[in-house]
Amino acid sequence: MHLKSFNTIGIGIAFSPNLKANICEASRLALFFQSKLVLIHVGEESDEKISTLKSFLQPFLKAKIDFKIVFKTGDPVDVILSTSIDQRIDLLILGALQRENILNYYMGSIARKITRKAKCSVLLLIKPSEQSFPCNHIVVNGLKDPKTKETISTAFYVGHQLGTKKMTIVEEISQEEVSVKVEDDKSLRKANLVKERLKLREESRVKEIITQIPDDFKRDISIKTQPIFGKRGYSIGHYAQLARADLLVMNSPSKLNFWDRLFPHDIEYILTELPTDVLIVR
Amino acid sequence: MSLIKNSTQGFFKALPKNIFSGFVVSLIALPLGLGLAMASEAPPIAGIITAVVGGIVVAILGGSHVTITGPGNGLVGVLLIAITTLGINNAYAAIICSGGLLMLLGFLRMGKLADYFPSSAIQGMLAAIGLIILGKQFHIMLGNKIARASSFEYLLEIPNTIIGVFSYEDKGLSYAAIAGVLSLAIMVFYPKLRNKYLQLVPAPMWIVILSIAFSYYYELILKQPNPIHLDYMISGIPTFNQIITDIPTPDFGKIGSISFWSSAVALTLIASIESLLSIKAVDKLDPEKRRSNVNKDIKALGLATIGSGFLGGMNVVTVIARSSVNVNNGGSNRSANFSHALFLVIFIVLFSSQLTRIPLPALMAILVFTGYKLASPTMVRHIFSIGKEQLIIFFVTLFITLKISLITGIVAGILTTLVIHLILNKSIALFAKNILKPSVLMYKEEEGKGNYYISVKHFCSFLNYNKLKEKLEAVPEDKDVILDFSLCEFVDHTVMENLSSYQELFHKKGGHLEILGLDMHVTDSEHPFALRRVLPIPNILPNNLTKRQKTIEALTVDYNLKYDPIKHKNMDYLNSFLFFKTRQIEYTFNEISNAVSDFKMFDISFSEGEFIAKEVVRMTMVYVDLDIKIPAFTLDKEGFLERIYALAGFKDIQVDGHDDFSKRFYLLGEDEFAIKNFFKTALIRFFESNPYYHIESNGEGLLIFSKERLASVKEIKALLDFSKRLKSVIQTAVFVC
Repeated sequence: MHLKSFNTIGIGIAFSPNLKANICEASRLALFFQSKLVLIHVGEESDEKISTLKSFLQPFLKAKIDFKIVFKTGDPVDVILSTSIDQRIDLLILGALQRENILNYYMGSIARKITRKAKCSVLLLIKPSEQSFPCNHIVVNGLKDPKTKETISTAFYVGHQLGTKKMTIVEEISQEEVSVKVEDDKSLRKANLVKERLKLREESRVKEIITQIPDDFKRDISIKTQPIFGKRGYSIGHYAQLARADLLVMNSPSKLNFWDRLFPHDIEYILTELPTDVLIVR
Repeated sequence: MSLIKNSTQGFFKALPKNIFSGFVVSLIALPLGLGLAMASEAPPIAGIITAVVGGIVVAILGGSHVTITGPGNGLVGVLLIAITTLGINNAYAAIICSGGLLMLLGFLRMGKLADYFPSSAIQGMLAAIGLIILGKQFHIMLGNKIARASSFEYLLEIPNTIIGVFSYEDKGLSYAAIAGVLSLAIMVFYPKLRNKYLQLVPAPMWIVILSIAFSYYYELILKQPNPIHLDYMISGIPTFNQIITDIPTPDFGKIGSISFWSSAVALTLIASIESLLSIKAVDKLDPEKRRSNVNKDIKALGLATIGSGFLGGMNVVTVIARSSVNVNNGGSNRSANFSHALFLVIFIVLFSSQLTRIPLPALMAILVFTGYKLASPTMVRHIFSIGKEQLIIFFVTLFITLKISLITGIVAGILTTLVIHLILNKSIALFAKNILKPSVLMYKEEEGKGNYYISVKHFCSFLNYNKLKEKLEAVPEDKDVILDFSLCEFVDHTVMENLSSYQELFHKKGGHLEILGLDMHVTDSEHPFALRRVLPIPNILPNNLTKRQKTIEALTVDYNLKYDPIKHKNMDYLNSFLFFKTRQIEYTFNEISNAVSDFKMFDISFSEGEFIAKEVVRMTMVYVDLDIKIPAFTLDKEGFLERIYALAGFKDIQVDGHDDFSKRFYLLGEDEFAIKNFFKTALIRFFESNPYYHIESNGEGLLIFSKERLASVKEIKALLDFSKRLKSVIQTAVFVC
């Protein structure tokens, strides 16, 4: 089985109050994955900027971090997307914005466009911080989708690198699949039987995927599966929030068209309401 | 195969009980049907036709189990407008159309329509309907027929009518007013008289019986004409043959007009709301804990309404008061509804000429009482206790419904609720952004017992309550559910009220619904309604004891027992008793218990029936926890009532060799063999030599009480003594064998 590894990590930077925290997070991840870090800034190059960045990177130089700073002018979305292709970036890190009340995080319009169009995996951070927090619990989707296999194996790769202790694979089963409408005791029993059957089917599918993951990655991680009946994409975010997950790993969305924007689903829900850090695997 | 056979067998076994129950219900349905039809200005017989068609069609095709269908209170206001503006034959056409719309709702699975209405607005609307009924019929009840343009004017006229009663010159009118007042008194005081024999016949039927008897007394004994004014007697009750030959033809001539369709829509709306509320409430009373198929029931009601409209009847709805009576009299399946319809046909065939002997004011007193119950001050006080803003919603809906129309009223109620929610939260974004999101997540926890876990995000109000309801409906009621609101910023009163009824339902059916995460909202102070609904156990302060409580307290010191005057709500151990199967326990108070608390005496408050038929009863009971297993049984005094029950299929167990005991006591239970084995000579001697008590066993404990009211201190002493001795007799009896 082909295993994804993150050789080059990219981060788009702006000189905002969050800059130091963003750089710290990205550097730490680069060290964890033993990969190269590319800092992309949309704007003119200047010595002042370089020295600021270097001062922030100082603590990580001891650990021999391999980094590169790219300056380029133009439309932020285009610049970041083209640079990530030029530099062969495998993982792009983006920071989230915060609503007035502290509970909600969401992606700004630039980050959203990048997430939709990027060719590489994207990591959305809700609370970049200078200190490092352990990533204890990863929630990953187990949708019935050709991409799921790779997503789950990537989740295990990430979990292994970050020393995660717990992994929950969530099988979202859409309500439409339960063809029985609950109206009385009889239909309730029937609906529950159908649900039970769907659950077993999904579980065996996910188990099959798990057996293909190298044992090295599975060691020290307790694996749990959780079937959920609900709206695709939305429910998993809600679940991740409830389960106090540190990272949510999702499939990349299939091609989006006009209707998908109008009636948000899957990834769009996650973007408007980030429950935790989210990794979208491509 | 065997399942089908069993259910058929069960059906036939339960049939006598259901026929009996249907009979009792028909006794209420007859006067009520006549009254409701006359209040809507339809011919009186229309009410009976509605009940007969509804009973037959819904019994065959419906999806609920113990409900009774027929003409409803809520529809009186709308029907009145429909009949006065459209004319009776066009109104029949509107009724038929509303039946069609109702069926459409059923087919579109729109049974949940009623979920989108805030509960205070619904209560305001019902109160308005109550006032419409009360306002109009009050005058007829006092022998003063008047015609006014609006419901408001009828209400304002009430004081004049009361004053006018004392200056009637026509004796016939005075007699009419007396009949009305006496009937109202019967309606008011009947529930307070808890006499078995009196209660065997429902209050409305007493009114009918007494007024017919009164009329015969004048005719046969005094040989005088009935003193009540002829205008105030029911007229126009056709014979059975006339009903069949004189079926009215609905006139679809106004089908293009706006007033026609606004009537049809209003009828549909009220019919569906009243039915849904009733079905929901009756499901809580069902002794067999079944779940009704709401959509199927709505379809059946729609079809019944169409049929009823063609035959000259009104809208068929599920009615709560008659359904409660049905449950209380042992109705267990739809055959009760069917037999209620059949008995009505029998009454009309046999007694239709007798019905003209009923004075109109007597009949209207029944309606005045129902109207009052819908709009009673207790309800206003209840709403006020939930929150002032609920009172605003309530009164806005009430006044606009009275002043303009029903549909405008309910729309105004919804808008007011919405505005109040926006003001309370100071945020439109909270609602606008999240209304379309599927904000409810439910999953079955994989660990442990596999509880259902539901989490709600953002807000939960009448606007999106249906999403939460959908999830709750998908859980079997005997499971444990945890409902978490900690991610939810706002929970409204409608949701809390519905949840508390779900909690009751789960509790009754052996499951549990726990609500979490509202503690956060307490400190937030932004959620006044939710909070008052969550913690509604007002404690009686210890220094505020009544005289009875003080005496009980002194008594417990003498007897070396513990005394606790505070209200308790957790009464799990009582739910398994047969007595509480159809009764809703509210709380217990004044609890006396011994040191190990396997012996408890308490005053208990419980309710019979639901909604406007709800009666709260307070009684003193003893609960004895036995350390041993005994068969489940019920033991009571043998009497007139029990013989009737025996006719209806309840079986008295005869203990061999103790004829006197069997004659004096009425023993009931499922496992006849075990019960016979259990009732040994020593135990029987004990019962024979002691005063009568109603004794019930659920296998592990005993429930003992004597009267359906609170016991006096003297009675408490006797009850304590009896229970203690009974316990020791049972224990020695079991240990001996």
